[in-house]
Amino acid sequence: MAGAAADMSAAEERISVASNWTLVWWRFRKHKLALASAAILAVLYAIVLCPDFFSTQHPERTDARQAFIPIQSIHFLDDGKWAPWVPAAVGKRNPVTLRMEWGADPSRRIRIGFFVDGPEYRFLGLVRAKVRLVGPLDPEQRIFLLGSDRMGRDQWSRIMHGTQTSMTIGLVAVTLSVVLGIVLGGISGYFGGWTDQVIQRLIEILQSVPTIPIWLALSAALPRDWTPTQVFFAITVILSLIGWTTLGREVRGRFLALREEDFVLAAELAGCSRWRIIVRHMVPTFLSHIIATSSLAIPVMIINETSLSFLGLGIRPPAISWGVLLQEAQNIQTLALAPWLLLPGLLVIVAVLAFNLVGDGLRDASDPYSK
Amino acid sequence: MIRFVLQRLLLLPLLMAVFSILVFVIVEAPPGDFLTSYIATLASSGSSIGAEHVEALRRQYGLDQPIWVQYLKWVGNLLQGDLGLSLEYQRPNAELIGEQLFLTVVLALFSFVLTWIIAVPAGIYSAIRQRSVVDYILTVVNYIGVATPNFMLALVLMWVAFAYFGISVTGLFSPEYQGAEWSLAKFLDLLAHAWLPSLVLGIAGTARLTRVMRANLLDELNKPYVVTARAKGLSEWTLVLRYPVRLAFNPLVSTIGWYLPQLFSGSLIVATVMNLPNIGPLLLRALVNQDMYLAGSILLIYCMLTIVGTLLSDILLAWLDPRIRMEG
Repeated sequence: MAGAAADMSAAEERISVASNWTLVWWRFRKHKLALASAAILAVLYAIVLCPDFFSTQHPERTDARQAFIPIQSIHFLDDGKWAPWVPAAVGKRNPVTLRMEWGADPSRRIRIGFFVDGPEYRFLGLVRAKVRLVGPLDPEQRIFLLGSDRMGRDQWSRIMHGTQTSMTIGLVAVTLSVVLGIVLGGISGYFGGWTDQVIQRLIEILQSVPTIPIWLALSAALPRDWTPTQVFFAITVILSLIGWTTLGREVRGRFLALREEDFVLAAELAGCSRWRIIVRHMVPTFLSHIIATSSLAIPVMIINETSLSFLGLGIRPPAISWGVLLQEAQNIQTLALAPWLLLPGLLVIVAVLAFNLVGDGLRDASDPYSK
Repeated sequence: MIRFVLQRLLLLPLLMAVFSILVFVIVEAPPGDFLTSYIATLASSGSSIGAEHVEALRRQYGLDQPIWVQYLKWVGNLLQGDLGLSLEYQRPNAELIGEQLFLTVVLALFSFVLTWIIAVPAGIYSAIRQRSVVDYILTVVNYIGVATPNFMLALVLMWVAFAYFGISVTGLFSPEYQGAEWSLAKFLDLLAHAWLPSLVLGIAGTARLTRVMRANLLDELNKPYVVTARAKGLSEWTLVLRYPVRLAFNPLVSTIGWYLPQLFSGSLIVATVMNLPNIGPLLLRALVNQDMYLAGSILLIYCMLTIVGTLLSDILLAWLDPRIRMEG
């Protein structure tokens, strides 16, 4: 009896001395789905860091004779022993349509291995490396784990590189919106008066802009001769220019409420500068909330980027993003022949779903004192 | 109420003026103009035009004047209802946009109605039968619905229809009604074709609205007045439908303000993928070809649709909920 009471008080003590972030983490941990989604996102961001390690070959390597090869599935055992392989693809030309028709030939096996040496790449653009997660043991061979496209490029490797672009755009665009939202919303809420009026009107105008048409028009206005990197940053800026308004409004509301709080008055009396009050005292009180809101904004950005690129007005080839990859699936006749070209879309859905679930979990956890 | 509506209406021309500048700047931003790309097209097809001819064309379209003169001319013409001439099609823009605009609005409204017809009952059901199997299934479907980009869903549907059923689900009319006059038969044909693109367009919205409806209703169902009504012996369905559902509607109506405009601009993508006669694909083409007056007109129409959509929802909400009128 006494032991149980001691346990109780120990647990209570643990809760009462835990920091705000610890409480958020404890609460987040309870959402199993959110936790699983966070794991998926971790994998995706690992790919973002080094897509070359995860891909089997260079994403631009073409071979017209290896177009539209179907998915080659991995078999792990050979005669009951560990020896992973994929069946070789054999093509036969259809005598009527003259189209190449691929079939798998299980008797001809391409040996593959994990952590094998493949073509050289630069890790993080700096360090020379050769090791790849999975690849053929014979470097002369090519394997197509998710099939190949019309130019005989390996879709698996292209998806890895597309992941890097699309996930980065989502993150950078939201970061930009958050910065804009905090700065402008903060100024608006903290200073009030005519500054507030101007910013509020600006937000209203931006919020009544028809987003997709204006995005399209802005991206169409980008010079054609820009490099992929320039286009990448321009698209990011375009996406965040309209995206910051919701957050700006929220931050303003919080500032308006917090301005009257005692601890802000105390800080003012203690002689803190305005900047210090905002950054050190006000922002931390709603930071967890902002993180939750922005993790829900990332998937929206990802969908927008994918749609823009799919329409041909976002990221442009030779840069690779999920939207660029899906452009290959635009033609229904092609799609009927090579349905695996839709797979990048599945990844979009998985990523967006994961972000939404993590965002929901964070939102619930962001206020650890609520019931 | 009248004051509230008037206030909103007064704001409309002001917003449109701001938008017209914004749109003009965006459309004028790309280097070169329509003539440079026109000359390039001519050159690639082997013919060329003399320098004087180019100058004449430039003068004819007013491309030689300073930018602000071009803007004032454009707005002046717009105010007189003249949307200008498409440089690419050599036809009046109003003619090009006309019927397609009508179909754009029809598609969005159709999608809107479909969304509500599905979302409201689904939301009510999953709130009343919280944690039931159907509730869980609906939740999963909702999550996936929000996560699927419109064009992706359209692609999958088109692919399945083509590959497994051998039918094409693109377009809004059967071939025989393509250029026909409007008739009841043509309208029915439109309905038969429009439900699928409408569903695709509305899927994310349906998912969101279902969640909103469910959450609103769950908040209401725990309130004392519901317990009182139940204690007085009202049947469960009458009770739910007569009181809490009506209250749960209000926040839902306020979503129209962003939802309807979202449908208008979202239809651009669905229409492009599914090849629908809509101002979306027209805009896309105009933007790529730098047909700037056509692109500008369509962009302004999108702005107009957005503002009108917001306005409608504001008025509807003020009519439903007196508290909002007082604030305004």
